[in-house]
Amino acid sequence: MFGSPFFSPAGLLEEFDRLQRQMDSLTGASWPGLTNIRAGRTGGFPALNVGTTPEEVELYLFAPGVAPDQFDISIEQNVLTISGERNDPPPEGARQYLQERFNGKFRRVITLPEDVDPERVEASYKNGILHIRLKRQEATRPHRIEVKA
Amino acid sequence: MNEQKEIVQGSEQHEASRAEQAASPEVILRPAVDVYETGEGVILKADLPGVDKDGLNVQIDKDTLTIEGSVSLEIPKDLEARYAEVQSNRYRHSFSLSRDLDTAKVQAELHDGILTLQIPKREEVKPRKITVSAA
Repeated sequence: MFGSPFFSPAGLLEEFDRLQRQMDSLTGASWPGLTNIRAGRTGGFPALNVGTTPEEVELYLFAPGVAPDQFDISIEQNVLTISGERNDPPPEGARQYLQERFNGKFRRVITLPEDVDPERVEASYKNGILHIRLKRQEATRPHRIEVKA
Repeated sequence: MNEQKEIVQGSEQHEASRAEQAASPEVILRPAVDVYETGEGVILKADLPGVDKDGLNVQIDKDTLTIEGSVSLEIPKDLEARYAEVQSNRYRHSFSLSRDLDTAKVQAELHDGILTLQIPKREEVKPRKITVSAA
């Protein structure tokens, strides 16, 4: 899917990212949450993309080869934790030349925006990507205010 | 000829793809790979999350193996990106293959975003046990 918001021409999003981090450090804002004290280093496994629409927060975790029932997803006080394990060792007796792929237990912790409804979360897994959709609460969505004549 | 090393090195291809990247504004990701060898052949595993069968292209040209994939994500129309560790929807990686590998018999399998390639050795180079017969 070309021209999707995550994959804009080189550098644009990176620039946005840098600005965002700068803003975050100035305002002390913790969203999109990688400043959570439990988050660990950024860029771990699985890699994470976050996007929002007026109605939802969308998380995409790039976790190939993890069976859907191996994910443990929980929300506690606006903190979302995704943990699991990928166990894919080389066959015994094989000679290993390159080992770049992640193997073992993982955990990612993300602080969600305040307006997410923890009761309305959907998760699906396809082609190695875990997609988590979190609905935002009605009241905080942008809405138009009519001016009465 | 040091056949074992060759498949993992392919440094010329790396240089080439880097030069290409500089020329075009598109960012191409290099997938994480595992490469190992058994008596039967070489096995390569590549993480290609988001790539389905239609988006995958595995090609062997002479002694160069190239893996290419494009990610298809279901993204709502009005989505605004907030944070992205994966900033491209394209993967590419090349390797050079050595002559002891039988490129005509490569098997490829894609499952849950992992590509597994099995590249068998030619029959004549497979390790053989030589039995010493008693005199």
